Amino acid sequence: MGVGIDLPLVWALIIGFGLMMYVVMDGFDLGIGILFPFVPDRHERDAMINTVAPVWDGNETWLVLGGAALLAAFPLAYAVILSALYLPLMAMLAGLIWRGVAFEFRFKADEEHKLFWGHAFTWGSYIATVAQGVALGAFISGFPVAKNSYAGGALDWLTPFNLFTGLGLVVAYALLGATWLVIKTEGDLQQRMRRIARPATLVLLAVIGIVSLWTPLTHADIAARWFSFPNLALFSPVPVLVLAAAWGLLRSLAREDSHATPFLLALCLIFLGYSGLGISLWPYIIPPAVTIWQAAAPPQSMGFTLVGALLIIPCILAYTGWSYYVFRGKVRPGEGYH
Amino acid sequence: MFGLTALELARIQFGFTISFHIVFPAITIGLASYLVVLEGLWLWRRDTVYRDLYHFWSTIFAVNFAMGVVSGLVMAYQFGTNWSSFSTFAGSITGPLLAYEVLTAFFLEAGFLGVMLFGWRKVGPGLHFFSTIMVALGTLISTTWILASNSWMQTPQGFEIIDGRVVPVDWLKVIFNPSFPYRLAHMTLAAYLATALFVGASGAWHLLRRRDTRATRTMLSMAMWMILATAPVQILAGDLHGLNTLAYQPAKIAALEGHWQSKPGESVPLTLFGWPDMQAETTRYALQVPYLGSLILTHQLYGQVPGLKDFAPEDRPNATVVFWTFRLMVGLGLLMLLAGVWGLWLRWRGKLYEQRIFLRFALWMGPSGLIAILAGWMTTEIGRQPWIVYGIMRTRDAVSDHSVLALSTTLAVFVVMYFAVFGTGIGYMLKLVAKGPQESGPDESGPDELRPHAEAKADRMRRPARPFSAAPDVVEPDHPETWPAAPGAKEA
Repeated sequence: MGVGIDLPLVWALIIGFGLMMYVVMDGFDLGIGILFPFVPDRHERDAMINTVAPVWDGNETWLVLGGAALLAAFPLAYAVILSALYLPLMAMLAGLIWRGVAFEFRFKADEEHKLFWGHAFTWGSYIATVAQGVALGAFISGFPVAKNSYAGGALDWLTPFNLFTGLGLVVAYALLGATWLVIKTEGDLQQRMRRIARPATLVLLAVIGIVSLWTPLTHADIAARWFSFPNLALFSPVPVLVLAAAWGLLRSLAREDSHATPFLLALCLIFLGYSGLGISLWPYIIPPAVTIWQAAAPPQSMGFTLVGALLIIPCILAYTGWSYYVFRGKVRPGEGYH
Repeated sequence: MFGLTALELARIQFGFTISFHIVFPAITIGLASYLVVLEGLWLWRRDTVYRDLYHFWSTIFAVNFAMGVVSGLVMAYQFGTNWSSFSTFAGSITGPLLAYEVLTAFFLEAGFLGVMLFGWRKVGPGLHFFSTIMVALGTLISTTWILASNSWMQTPQGFEIIDGRVVPVDWLKVIFNPSFPYRLAHMTLAAYLATALFVGASGAWHLLRRRDTRATRTMLSMAMWMILATAPVQILAGDLHGLNTLAYQPAKIAALEGHWQSKPGESVPLTLFGWPDMQAETTRYALQVPYLGSLILTHQLYGQVPGLKDFAPEDRPNATVVFWTFRLMVGLGLLMLLAGVWGLWLRWRGKLYEQRIFLRFALWMGPSGLIAILAGWMTTEIGRQPWIVYGIMRTRDAVSDHSVLALSTTLAVFVVMYFAVFGTGIGYMLKLVAKGPQESGPDESGPDELRPHAEAKADRMRRPARPFSAAPDVVEPDHPETWPAAPGAKEA
C-alpha cells in the first residue's frame, strides 16, 4: 500500500471532508437548539425537533468519525489537540449529552418536564456550539508541543479570540438552523425563520470579516501565508464570493417562495469560511509547527483504513441520502414523527 | 480529591464513564436483534401480537439508543483527552479499528435508525424490515470492531515497536488476536442474555400485576426460551475464555482465583470465598474445594497454574477486587441458568405464566445480566492492570498530563450529570415498560400491502409516522397515585 500515494494528504482531505460534513449536518440541528428561545410555542417547537429527529444521530456520527479518523491517521495530533482542549471538549460532550437525550426525553416527559428538557436542548446546543467554536479558535491559534505531547496550560484556550470564534459559530449554526427550517416548515414558523435569518446573515458576515482581520493581525505566520504569492491570488476570490453568497442569501430570504435556496447559500457561506480556514492552516495539523506528514501514523495504519474509507464513505452518503429522502417534505406543527 | 493522584482520577473517570456507557449498548445489541425477530414474525405470521410488541420495544429501544450514542461519544474522545500517551503510542492500531467501527457500524445504525423508528408508515414493510435488520447488523459489527481493539490491548500481536510507537505489520493478526474470538462470543452472548433477562422481567412484572395478555405472555415466553438457550452456551464460552486467559494472561487468572502459590505435584484447590490480601500475599478466610481449581482451570485433576507470587509485586493486578467481581459474575450466571431451567420445567407443567414465586424471581433477575456484564468487564480490565497494553505499556505511562484539579472537576461534573441524565432516562425506560404493550386500533391492523398501492402510499404520507402517535407518548401520567411502581419495586 501507499506506493505513490501521499497518504497523509489523502487522510487530511478525508478528515477535512468529514468535519465539513459534521459542520453542515450537525450545524443545522444544533442551530435548531440555538433558535429554541425565539420560538416559545410548544407545537412549533415540536415541529422544529421533528424536522431533525430521524437524522440527528447520523449527523452526530460525523463527529465520531472525525475523532476516530484523526486517531487512526494522525495519532499525535489526536493526542495533543484533545489533551490541550480537555476542558472545552468535556464541556462540548456534556452539552451534546443533554441535547442528545432531550430529543427523546422531551416527547416522553409530561408538560412540566417537557419545559425542562426544552431548556436542556437549548443550553446543550449553546454549550456544545460555543465549545466547538472555542476549539476552532484554539486550533487557529496553535498548540505548544514538546516531546510528543501538549506543553501548554489547561486554560490556554481561554482567550478573547477563541471566545469570539465560539460566539461566531453560534451565529453560523443559527443561520444554518433557520434556513433549514425554511425548507422544512411552512406558515408562521417559516416566516419567522426568514426574519431571523436576515440579521443572522449580516452578523455572520461581520463575524467572518472580524475573524479575517483579527487572525492575520495576531498570527504573523498566517499573515505571511495569506499575503505571499501565489496564495494571495488564489485566495482573492474568496471575499468576493462571500459577499456574493451573502447578497444572494438576503435576496432569497426576502422572497416568499424560496425554500431550499437560502439553506444552500448559507452552506456556501460556511464552506467559503471553511476553505479560508484551510488556506490559513495548511499543511499544519497541529499549528503552528507540526505538519500532516510529521504527525502521520505509520503507512500500514493509514493504508489499511483508507481502503475501508474509500469503499464505505460512498455507501454511507448513499443511505444517508436515502434517509433524508424518506423524510422529505414539510413538517407541520401538531403532526410529526412523534 | 480524596487524596487521589491524577492517574487514579483519570482511571476512575474512564471507568465511571465506560461503566455507564456499556449498559446501553448491551441492551441496544440485544433489543435490535429481538426487534428483527419480532418484525420478522409479524411479517411471516401476520399475528398482531408481534407487531404490538415490536412497537412497544422500539420506543424503549429509542430511548436506550439515544443514551448509548451520547455516552459513547464521550468514549471516542476520552482516549485522546485522558490517555494521550497511549493514543500517541498505540493509536496506529486502536485508531484504524475505531475508524472501521464508525464507518461500518455507527453510520449503518444511525442511517437506518430514522426509518426504523419513524418510518413505519413512510416506507413499505419490506424496506422497513430491511432497516431494522441493518440497525441490528450495525450493533453486531460495532461489537466486533470494539472487541477486536480491546482484545488487542489484552493479547497484543501482529505489530512491531519502532521509534517508541506501535507499527502494525499484520492486520489479520492484530484483529484475530488470541483472546478476540472468546471475548466476542462472551460479550455478544452476554448482551443477548442481559436483554432476554430484561424482557423477561418486564413480562413477569405485568403478569404479577395480573395484566395477563397475549403480549405479556409472549414476552415472557420468548425471553425464557432465549435464556434457556444462551445461559448454558454462555457458561461454556466463559470457561473457554478462562482457559484462553490462563494461556495468555496467567497473572489475571491467579488474581481472580485468589491463588498465590502452586505446590509442585499438588492439585490447585478452588477458593469459593475468601479475602485476597495484597500486602500479606495470602487469601484470608479462604473456603476451598480441593482439586476443583485444577479441574476448572486446566480440565485435569493435577493441573498446575501459576500463582500471584510467580509475578513481581509491581506486575500483579488487584486480586481483592477481581476475586469478587469474578465471583459476582459467575454467581449471577448460575442463577441465569437456574432461571432458564426453572422456566422450562414450569412450561412443561403449564404454569409458566402463573407461578408467582417464579415470576418474582424472573423480575429480580431483570438487571442481573447488566450487573454480570459490569462485573465481568471489571474483572478483565482491572485484571489487565498494571498494563494498558498487556506486557507492552503500563497504564501509568499512558495517561495525559492533567492536573488533579482539572480531573476532579470534570469527574464531579460527569458523576452528577450522568446520574441526572441517564438516571432520568432509565426512569423513562422503566415507565415505558410499565405502560405495557398497547393493542392497536383496527386501522393499524390492516397490512398496507393488502390495500391498493396508491391508497396505502398516500396514507403513509398523510398519517403521522410514529406508531401510536394518536395515543400520547407521555409516560408520566397526570395522576401520580396510579403510577405503576417501577419494576423491581416491592409488590404491594
